[in-house]
Amino acid sequence: MNEADHLIELKGMTKTFPGVIANENVDLALRPGEVHALLGENGAGKSTLVKMIYGILKPDAGDILFQGQPVIIDSPAHARELGIAMVFQHFSLFDSLSVVENISLGMDKDVPMETLAEEIREISDRYGLPLDPHRYVYTLSVGERQRIEIIRCLLQQPKLLVMDEPTSVLTPQEVQKLFVTLERLADEGMAILYISHKLDEIKALCHHATILRLGKKVAEVNVDDESTSSLAALMMGEDLATIVKQDHGSYGEIRLQVEGLNQPAFDSTGISLDEIHLDVRAGEVVGIAGVAGNGQDELLRALNGEEKCQSHACIMIDGKHVGLLDPNARRKAGMASVPEKRLGHGAVPDMDLVDNAFMTAFHRMGLLARGLINYPKTRQFADKVIEEYSVKTPGSHVPAGSLSGGNLQKFIIGRELHQSPDILIVSQPTWGVDAGAAQTIRQALRELAANGAAVLVISQDLDELMEITDRIGAICGGRLSRFYPTSQMTIEKVGLLMAGVSLEGDSQDAA
Amino acid sequence: MEILVPALLTIITAATPLLFAALGELITEKSGVLNLGVEGMMVMGAIIGFVAVHYSGSAFIAVIASMLAGGVMAAIFALLVLRFHASQVPTGLALTIFGIGLSALIGQSMIGIAYEGIPHVSIPFLSSIPVLGALLFSHDLLVYFSLVMVFAVYYFLNKTRGGLILRAIGDSHDAAHAMGYSVIRVRLLATLFGGAMAGLGGAYLSLAYSPLWVEQMTAGRGWIALALVVFATWRTGRVLLGAYLFGGITILQLHAQALGIGVPAQVMSMLPYLATVLVLVLISRDLGKIKLNAPASLGKAFHASS
Amino acid sequence: MLPKLAKRPTPSRFMVYLSPVLALFLSLLAGIVLFLIMDVSPWTALHAFFIEPISSAYGLSELAVKATPLILIGVALSLGFKAGVWNIGAEGQLIVGGLCGGAVALYFYEQEGFHIIPLMMLAGVFGGMAWAAIVAFLRVKFNANEILTSLMLSYVAGLWLNLMVHGPLKDPEGFNFPESRIFSDSAMLPLLHEDYRLHIGFLLALVIVGLGWILISRTLLGYQIKVSGAAPAAGEHAGFSTARIIWVTLLIGGGVAGLAGMIEVSGPIGQLLPSISPGYGFTAIIVAYVGRLHPVGALFAGLLLALTYLGGETAQIQLNLPVAVTGVFQGLLLFFLLACDVLIHYRLQFKQPALAARGA
Repeated sequence: MNEADHLIELKGMTKTFPGVIANENVDLALRPGEVHALLGENGAGKSTLVKMIYGILKPDAGDILFQGQPVIIDSPAHARELGIAMVFQHFSLFDSLSVVENISLGMDKDVPMETLAEEIREISDRYGLPLDPHRYVYTLSVGERQRIEIIRCLLQQPKLLVMDEPTSVLTPQEVQKLFVTLERLADEGMAILYISHKLDEIKALCHHATILRLGKKVAEVNVDDESTSSLAALMMGEDLATIVKQDHGSYGEIRLQVEGLNQPAFDSTGISLDEIHLDVRAGEVVGIAGVAGNGQDELLRALNGEEKCQSHACIMIDGKHVGLLDPNARRKAGMASVPEKRLGHGAVPDMDLVDNAFMTAFHRMGLLARGLINYPKTRQFADKVIEEYSVKTPGSHVPAGSLSGGNLQKFIIGRELHQSPDILIVSQPTWGVDAGAAQTIRQALRELAANGAAVLVISQDLDELMEITDRIGAICGGRLSRFYPTSQMTIEKVGLLMAGVSLEGDSQDAA
Repeated sequence: MEILVPALLTIITAATPLLFAALGELITEKSGVLNLGVEGMMVMGAIIGFVAVHYSGSAFIAVIASMLAGGVMAAIFALLVLRFHASQVPTGLALTIFGIGLSALIGQSMIGIAYEGIPHVSIPFLSSIPVLGALLFSHDLLVYFSLVMVFAVYYFLNKTRGGLILRAIGDSHDAAHAMGYSVIRVRLLATLFGGAMAGLGGAYLSLAYSPLWVEQMTAGRGWIALALVVFATWRTGRVLLGAYLFGGITILQLHAQALGIGVPAQVMSMLPYLATVLVLVLISRDLGKIKLNAPASLGKAFHASS
Repeated sequence: MLPKLAKRPTPSRFMVYLSPVLALFLSLLAGIVLFLIMDVSPWTALHAFFIEPISSAYGLSELAVKATPLILIGVALSLGFKAGVWNIGAEGQLIVGGLCGGAVALYFYEQEGFHIIPLMMLAGVFGGMAWAAIVAFLRVKFNANEILTSLMLSYVAGLWLNLMVHGPLKDPEGFNFPESRIFSDSAMLPLLHEDYRLHIGFLLALVIVGLGWILISRTLLGYQIKVSGAAPAAGEHAGFSTARIIWVTLLIGGGVAGLAGMIEVSGPIGQLLPSISPGYGFTAIIVAYVGRLHPVGALFAGLLLALTYLGGETAQIQLNLPVAVTGVFQGLLLFFLLACDVLIHYRLQFKQPALAARGA
């Protein structure tokens, strides 16, 4: 390879945080027109690396050459000046402002609003990214919000576009459209650094891939020479146990049943639930796919009792009406739940793990004695959860907020599983959790079902749902699709359900 | 007309201190900072303005001094909240308690001293138009200045890039920080502006509305100004409307006795406070409306992370 | 170079307790500066402020008398603040409690009976509760900000008391002064010792401290209060109704503040006056914070803040200092406390780390 051809070249990039080496001696190089994948599990150091490219973090060591010249990128503005643009995984958008105002804020020069709106329309036409510049962001879907970020980048006519896990919030169909846009940009000579852990996408889109594991570069490969499984092996470094599913036909009675659940939106920015019908049998894991913000949160809150239903009969636990019961009464009846947001919803960040263990378990675990909290017993319970689910923590006395995302998730799920619920509803069980812990959690969910519980998993991760569920459906705009046996479904078909399209000519049994 | 014109004039004078304080707090809150210390900043503006006019004899110097006093108070708040990550609610309360105490201490030697009030500017010719002349063209300069500030605040918030950045920071400080905007600096400036305006509002009380010093003479107007910002759903034009509405209620209370309404003075004095509660109830009822209009990061602490 | 703040991995328990001590120390320093500016010898002033008032048994008794309402309300407010319910209108609840208790005392004027004081207490508690219930109702039903409504209602309560002592409750033989009759002995709180003004209200405050402690640290309700304040959504997830927490904390706050008001009129004051509190309801906010939102802390903080009132009076008498110094000192104390609290979550770093991440 001729070095002069490279648009950007990183040599020996190293970054440490207190107690963690995030990147160690990482090299990376991109040519114009190349789509280059940066591949690795959660926590492998991908985000740290791109933050250094974009001037958000300062490397401890290492050199960056841009168009052959050594540069020190000391701010995002400097990165943009060089011609580097970045689409973040979590959008930096202002809900109460319009699209054009949002884009204006991300520009380094002050362009009059009307001119800018015109430019936005132009770019959105040219690259197939439909977007009205004068809409307010809070009225837009997640996919549309991502388009704002992409257009904002394209307006700066960058030479290098960095995309951090762009597809995690999109339906498969939206992903296809995005890829068309990205391929077109690459054809025009733009270099694209594409960060992902989704192997199919990388196979479909990228030319080269750099693989990171535990902060180190383990390989750089030509994507066409690799299979998804060889890429997976490079990424994980080891083979993971496969999930054992139960056979069909051996499910028990219906444990959780939802009949015609309607819930008006909490306020004008929320989603209303519309005629939800759902049942989960003993021994069964049922999955609900969907793009974020389509009513998942509302559904979980309605099911676990944080929002009471309009009638008592619309939710049944083992045939008993519970629609008007509060979360504690539903817990008594055997239902446990794990919300998507760990800190602040599933756990209290400032309280220690003992207090957090008490939160949802005090009734089923008998942690109250004559109206007073039995702290020794609560501590025992917390310690047991920590031990059984190998939560990495100095002890049960530390605040929940000091645990890493994956460890806290193990603790929260462990807290619910340890109470052996009859019904478990869990949202995004492995979001942000490293691969090893994710596998432990998935395995635990299957085991819970195998022991006769009904498990409902709400997730945006289609691979996960395909792997662990027996039946799958999707939620879109507050409505549930029909449910189909997972074995008869493909990612594409689930994608259609997520987009609110019903599968054509289907006569399959939806039960 | 003989009763109506003076009544309307007093409404304007009663509304002006509220208008200054509420406009300042509007900018502060739009940047995401909830400064509950308006009362303390106002009362400090009132005493420092009064002391300044007493020693210098110049209303102009008094006005500048009062704005500085409010600004210094706001700077203490900003230091605690923005630098030391103190929580905004108790810090605002501390500012009020401190302001009331310090103003009483400073004002000890000012009790019983009278001041003739800041001069009114009669615009030649225009002020001699019957009724309208008196209503529109014969106020003190601060009244005109308050109206100029309404327009300036509106223009700044909605038509300038600075205003856009301020609103963006109030909406999501994390996103603004990620884009490279200095959340702390913008919030500091917004808080200082709020302090200066509150100080000015206080000075209007001690220099124009009732030109003398009485301990705690703001009598809850700082809190009413805070309520006005909610009433206005964080919109400039509605702040103006709200301030004049409350000016009207205050004056109603003063004129009720003159009109021979047989209600005890104390009950009439309750009116502005009860009206504030009523207005809060009416506006806050619709949670969605508040959620859409209130700056989303209002009152939340900002911790710059990498 | 200025020290930088670096986030601690876990909050420091030690600093939680050290911070009030540090704040007190800094306030004293600031006080010295203040006295120098006012051209008063700092040592004489500090002595008059903090030593003189408590160097006699009478002084200690006065301290406890002044601390009683502060401790009571401080305990109750710490429960609310822990839950994130900002009842800052305790002053109004105190006034209404005092008014109701006083009205009962006047109703039984010149009557004997052991039922009078308990009835006054009930009236005080219910009066304060009713006043706070308005705030809770408006908050739960209409989402009206409790900071503003409770504060507005404080002004209304003050005017109401004023109206009552000018009108219906005015002493008929009082030469038209806006004061009620002086309560009969049967409506006055029993004294603990006949030579001093210390009354059983102080013991009641100690009982409330104990109850508050058990409530917040050992009961399900206390747990719910803590969770709702720290993470409201987590509270909802756990099945704790936010509305219920708002109601409970406001009713407790109002009831206890009302009791404090009754204790004031039936203890040290002995009649209804246009003003029955030098801002105890507001100072109790500082008590709650200095006491770390903990009932036992509120006990000590209540005594400290009571000393600032006593000291202000002594300094006024001995050095002719304005009483307002008390307010300044209280404000300073809270400022310094809030500033020192940064050290709970952060530590000072005097050397810039070589590899600091870019900040704004």
